[in-house]
Amino acid sequence: MVEEEGFRRYVAHIILWIGIAIVAFPVYIAIIASTQDNALIANGQMSLLPGGHFFEVYYQTIFVGTSGSTREPVGNMMLNSLVMALAIAIGKIAISIISAYAIVYFRFPFRMPIFWIIFITLMLPVEVRIYPTYKIVADLHMLDSYAGLSLPLIASATATLLFRQFFMTVPDELLEASRIDGAGPVRFFWDTLLPLSRTNMAALFVILFILGWNQYLWPLLITTRDDMQTIQVGIRKMITTTDALTEWPIVMATAVLAMLPPVFVVVVMQKLFVRGLVETEK
Amino acid sequence: MQKQAIFQARLLPYVLVAPQLAIVLIFFYWPALQAVIQSFLLQDAFGLSTTFVWFENYLELFRDPSYFAAIVRTFFFSFAIAVSSLSFALLLAVMADKPLRGSILYRTLLIWPYAVAPPVVGVLWIFMLHPSLGVLSRYLRAMGVDWNPLLDGDQAAALIILAAAWKQISYNFLFFLAGLQAIPKSVLEAAAIDGARPMRRFWTVTFPLLSPTIFFLLVVNIVYAFFDTFGIIDTMTRGGPGTSTVTLVYKVYSDGLLGGNLGSSAAQSVILMVMVIVLTGIQFRFVERKVTY
Repeated sequence: MVEEEGFRRYVAHIILWIGIAIVAFPVYIAIIASTQDNALIANGQMSLLPGGHFFEVYYQTIFVGTSGSTREPVGNMMLNSLVMALAIAIGKIAISIISAYAIVYFRFPFRMPIFWIIFITLMLPVEVRIYPTYKIVADLHMLDSYAGLSLPLIASATATLLFRQFFMTVPDELLEASRIDGAGPVRFFWDTLLPLSRTNMAALFVILFILGWNQYLWPLLITTRDDMQTIQVGIRKMITTTDALTEWPIVMATAVLAMLPPVFVVVVMQKLFVRGLVETEK
Repeated sequence: MQKQAIFQARLLPYVLVAPQLAIVLIFFYWPALQAVIQSFLLQDAFGLSTTFVWFENYLELFRDPSYFAAIVRTFFFSFAIAVSSLSFALLLAVMADKPLRGSILYRTLLIWPYAVAPPVVGVLWIFMLHPSLGVLSRYLRAMGVDWNPLLDGDQAAALIILAAAWKQISYNFLFFLAGLQAIPKSVLEAAAIDGARPMRRFWTVTFPLLSPTIFFLLVVNIVYAFFDTFGIIDTMTRGGPGTSTVTLVYKVYSDGLLGGNLGSSAAQSVILMVMVIVLTGIQFRFVERKVTY
């Protein structure tokens, strides 16, 4: 590269560490707060060093919940979030990959209209159709259920586009070869196309899992029973408007627990994450 | 573009598209249609009778100063979030693009906040900047700032912008870094040989070459600020104090929640739909050069 004198390099390192500190500071505070005594925090006397209540706070958070009237263990909320996130991620991938397969590998009447019908859903995010969708889910008796939490979010134009684009790059020879072997459309899909799509599916899964885990508005609307809450909804309900009653260590422990799975996924599966992010956004 | 090698089957393709089509029609198109229909109707107070009122709900909205204020506020938030987050992320990306020791570690340490959910972002920031117990509020007060975002609307807005911009840094950083790495080094070397100093090289070579990325991120950030800030607002201020942090999406939610005016809430949804269509259209027009569908 062009000249990079030592001084400029030091500046770059310093700026990057400042950036990292800014990015990490709120989370550091949350972790610290989750190990301290509530009375201390409520007085505004919180220390910036870890306290001694780590096990106590996390035990209560995961297995018991706040001491308020709605005692809902956060462990259960995490389970709900996990089921919802997995259902959304797997569901989106499954229905998108088969519809993309149909659109690329078959000629049938209404092929393009169907493609456009799926494509246009990009422009109908849940935020613009919340109450009518709520009504439909209520009419189908799916409030407070995993189906209600996940089904209305499962369709995915981006995933369909991604698989369509990928299938277009698969050489035609593969299909011809497997046809000579006597394979029909189902076997070709299962034995050839699916294994080839593995990396794409994994990258997509990472992104969709994070997006599913982080859903907020929709679960907020359709869950009324405390035992069906997801962790994102649960944490909001822990902050009471009358400040004095908020149990901050538990709230912060919940925040840490809510961040843990998606952050873990990003850090551990960084390559897939970056790939998925770049591909779903274009 | 079409495949040459294809399968012949009558029923199978329909079976394959059926699940996606069913979900899309039941949970996307039907509710969207309902919203459009609903927006032309006026329901009486008991929900017993509805009258067709043409554009009355829309006119009502545009006559309502609080709706107009929400539009202005949403655009202001979007602009402030996009500009602050983009500029900070660009600075970090330019630094991380240098051949530094540990650059992979830097990337890891900067991208993980992408995974933090908006409501959690809200909780983290309100805790740090809570008027009575926030760790940062102490310093603000020591500096003589009368800090109380729960009572002061401008401070509440500033808090929302700060938290929302914080969350978006990692996303912008990642795309800026990818954009920077795609710039051929030879171009920069040529500029260096011509005697351009680093600062000048950045503004005359790097920045113009990065403009497609900047534009793309601008649109993505605006969409983010429109929709994904809901969780941040709902956990931090719940639209308050007063209505000083109510954005368009928050207004659809809170107006409908009170159950008072379904027609108005539906009309607001339809207006949002139009905005999404425009934004997606812009996004695709400028991104299609990069991708071929």
